[in-house]
Amino acid sequence: MVESFSDGISSPLEGTLQMQIFEARGLNKIYHMGEVDVVALKDVDFDLFAGEMLVLLGASGSGKSTLLNILGGLDTPTSGVVKYQNVLLSHSDEKELTQYRRKHVGFVFQFYNLIPSLTALENVALVTEIADSPMRPEEALELVELGERLNHFPSQLSGGEQQRVAIARAVAKRPNVLLCDEPTGALDVETGIVVLKALQKVNQEVGTAVAIITHNAAISAIGDRVVQMSSGRIIENIRNEHKSSLDDIVW
Amino acid sequence: MRAISKKLFRDLWHHRGQMISIAAVTATAIMTVLTMRGTYESLYEARESYYQTSRFPDVWANLERAPESVRSLIQQIEGVSVVDTRVTFASTLDLENQVTPAVGRFYSAAPPSEMLGALHLRSGRWVSENDRNQVMVSEKFALANSFSEGDTLKAIINGRLRYLEIIATAISPEHSYAVPPGSLFPDDEQYGILWMSRQAMGAAFNMEGAFNEVALIIASNADIRHVQAELDQILKPYGGLGSYTRATQISNLILESELNSNKQMGTMIPAIFLAIVAFLLNIVLNRLISTQRQEIAVLKAFGYTNLDVGLFYLKFAYVAVIGGAIIGIFGGVWLGDLMVTVYRDYFDFPDLAYSLSPQLLAISISISFLAATVGALSGVRSAISLPPAEAMRPQAPARFSIGLIEHFAVLKKLPSATRMVVRNIERRPGKTLFSAIGVAFSVAILVIGLFMFDGMYYMMDLQFNVAQREDLTVSFNRPLPERVRFELGRLDGVNRVEFNRMVPIRIIKGALKRDMAITGRNVGDELNRIVHSDGSIMPLSLSGIIVSKYLADNLLIEAGDLVQVEVLEGARRIENVRVVSIVDDFLGINAYMHLETLHDLVGGPHLITGANLAVMGDAQADVAKKLSAIPMIANVSSPSRGFDLFKKQMSESLFVGIFFLVGFSSIISIAVIYNGARISLSERGRELASLRVLGFSKKEVSVLLFSEQAVITIFSIPIGWYIGKELSRISIAQIASETYRFPFMVDWETYMFSALITILAAIGSSMIVRRRLNNYDLISVLKTRD
Ligand SMILES: Nc1ncnc2c1ncn2[C@@H]1O[C@H](COP(=O)(O)OP(=O)(O)OP(=O)(O)O)[C@@H](O)[C@H]1O
Ligand SMILES: [Mg+2]
Repeated sequence: MVESFSDGISSPLEGTLQMQIFEARGLNKIYHMGEVDVVALKDVDFDLFAGEMLVLLGASGSGKSTLLNILGGLDTPTSGVVKYQNVLLSHSDEKELTQYRRKHVGFVFQFYNLIPSLTALENVALVTEIADSPMRPEEALELVELGERLNHFPSQLSGGEQQRVAIARAVAKRPNVLLCDEPTGALDVETGIVVLKALQKVNQEVGTAVAIITHNAAISAIGDRVVQMSSGRIIENIRNEHKSSLDDIVW
Repeated sequence: MRAISKKLFRDLWHHRGQMISIAAVTATAIMTVLTMRGTYESLYEARESYYQTSRFPDVWANLERAPESVRSLIQQIEGVSVVDTRVTFASTLDLENQVTPAVGRFYSAAPPSEMLGALHLRSGRWVSENDRNQVMVSEKFALANSFSEGDTLKAIINGRLRYLEIIATAISPEHSYAVPPGSLFPDDEQYGILWMSRQAMGAAFNMEGAFNEVALIIASNADIRHVQAELDQILKPYGGLGSYTRATQISNLILESELNSNKQMGTMIPAIFLAIVAFLLNIVLNRLISTQRQEIAVLKAFGYTNLDVGLFYLKFAYVAVIGGAIIGIFGGVWLGDLMVTVYRDYFDFPDLAYSLSPQLLAISISISFLAATVGALSGVRSAISLPPAEAMRPQAPARFSIGLIEHFAVLKKLPSATRMVVRNIERRPGKTLFSAIGVAFSVAILVIGLFMFDGMYYMMDLQFNVAQREDLTVSFNRPLPERVRFELGRLDGVNRVEFNRMVPIRIIKGALKRDMAITGRNVGDELNRIVHSDGSIMPLSLSGIIVSKYLADNLLIEAGDLVQVEVLEGARRIENVRVVSIVDDFLGINAYMHLETLHDLVGGPHLITGANLAVMGDAQADVAKKLSAIPMIANVSSPSRGFDLFKKQMSESLFVGIFFLVGFSSIISIAVIYNGARISLSERGRELASLRVLGFSKKEVSVLLFSEQAVITIFSIPIGWYIGKELSRISIAQIASETYRFPFMVDWETYMFSALITILAAIGSSMIVRRRLNNYDLISVLKTRD
């Protein structure tokens, strides 16, 4: 049960760890496609806690992206409630959601979506220039081990490097949470590992909560928690007691 | 329907905004061709056929008086085919309802079969030779004063009040555009052309068996200069004032300049619009083809030929042109018809109607297709040459590199979002530049259209407020002794009298010569002054001659040159005179001399031919009435009335002009900005969506999208000012004529107005595209790979 994670008394450190970032209750998302209704989310309850690394698994079309997009303020649920800290995202308007994305949440997508006309550094600066207390762009790039390639344009970077720039751009504003939709989907295994390491590092060193959608079940080994979705529902929610390091995973 | 045709319809529908904007530009091009060129052709045809049927003369000459027997001498000049002698005089007409007296220009009317420039009766019947009081009047004069047949007209002929019976209204090819002496605009209320029988004219003006004007038609192979020279020779003893041709016949000259300006505008404006059509099709198709690479590849893989693919995109271009052409044809015919109706109020032609020639239609449509083809060419070519295999792969990501920002320290301070704008512009400077030039034409069209009004107003303002400051201009019907000025001064209300003498002369410089009038005036003249186009007042020198720059340019005269002046009256002396200065004036061609010096040149008694009066405000009408009752006075006119007429006419045409100019200009700027923004959105939609995901607001993102268009618009303004200014300069040079020249000047209001309209149009078109940007589905954009 989801509630179990918020139960119990915890140490001060535990306390921050247990602090709830997202609290979603009774989420439904229905797409009206002409005559048919596509139910993308069906009565979903979901929580995400500070500092946690969460892996979201599920078959194609099971509603993973829909859930993440709603959490990230890119989309709104048809019904149900989403709270980010104490703010009701499900009742926020377009402007509030924009502010929310601007200050509190970072995205990483399968396609890196870097701005081709800006260098790596500038792509990151794009975000730091509008955030409240960001890192220096160089710092963010060092975090993903790209301190050397600051002045390269996206067309001069490999896919993995571009994805790491995207991560740097996402974390540079020091968000509470990083939402990653198949961040390794377009990459080969080795490059994928480098990218995941970067995400792990962000999670551990900056303390950002990370939610990763993946099709690769092996990746669940690195999560504190693994959530499985199917046909718009959460069917499994397991705490991973034995996190393994990326290097130990058998791909 | 074939699948590919369905695709064509879907694609067209998807790009309907862009197609409509391109069609609108095409429509404007075709419309202006059909309107302006169509009007030109209609006017030209109507004039030619009228001149033909009415036997419009080739040469005219005025003289003091010659016996009718001289006619046979003229007939014998080699090359002369028809001679028509006339009697003509100006008289004061006493119209009840008019404050200042009206002027009637009387002509003798030969029987229609003998008359050159034959009258065309609009109503009534021809004057009978026996009835000395019958008169036929010009139709517009009759209309303006609500005269009809049977009405009586009071005229002061040769000092005697006569009651004339109006028995007909008529139009004459020599007075299609009837301008009172010394004016530029018709004044139908106060200026009428009147025709009486030759017998009646002879009796009224003491010209029995004599004539004072002759008109000729010459054989088509004749040498007109030779005919003129012979004619001038024959008329010399009879006070010949020098012959002139159609080129300086005032009605024909003004008609000619209208024809020219229609022809010129009907070429220049469509050319601009079609260039913009080509440019827009170029950028739209290139973008369309680059987004449809995969589709093209699939089509080719399925066996569609290069020709099929090429034709597909060419059809895309043609649909816009066909749509535009249809609207343009209807619009052009409608507007052309309207324009000809307006011209009918100014020019008297018996059958002036808008007619669209098949050739003009065919030419305008083919040129539009040509423009579309040129525009589509590079896109179509790239679609054809795209190998199917390569096309299947997505296009390589846009490459950017180090550029401007890295070279200029200031630019390094720019926020990253602004750097995007700089780099996008920098990556394709050609596209930016061409877009800016495109928009610049929207500014330029306004400048070209409006500067005419600026120049005209400036010119008229100088003319009436600086040069011609008298309240009444008086001209005598024959030279009078200088002392009449005291009599003028004695009239109640007259504050000041300045007097002058106009003498017909021939100025000769080398092989070049010119017949004209010279004005003798006094050094202290304050009412009427010689004014430069820059507004400065030119002092009169005691010796030598001052001439108009237009004349000087034509006769290759420079200040300090000696010219020969032949007096065309009295003892007909010829003397060498020094040109002391050249005045850059803008109405007519003028020559000035100190009055005493002119008296010496002409010889004989000191005579004057006219005067300028300053009159107390409330006494003007009274003084004018008294003056026109004096037999020796031919004409009394009030310059301020001229100015008022001018202002009235100008404000009417300014209103219509601004309406069309703003329309034309907006069509250009909207089309260029709208298409530019749509293309940017299509190229950069994905990156803008990413920015939205990163937390940029809708506003910030649209600022980024449109700042490129803003930069284009801002750059376009000075370019447009420049283009507009240069094109204006060219059209000024073409319009310049003996009758009037425009000073070249553009008011700052015109610059501001042109920029403002263009900026508003740019903002408007951005708004339309912004709606599209706001409706962008963020998530679906990010799901796809570009
Ligand atoms: N914009 C949309 N319009 C209609 N249906 C949609 C839309 N977006 C998603 N869906 C539907 O909602 C369901 C959930 O989609 P979602 O993208 O969340 O799945 P997913 O788990 O992320 O799948 P994948 O692993 O393939 O990315 C699917 O059935 C999908 O077809
Ligand atoms: Mg998904």
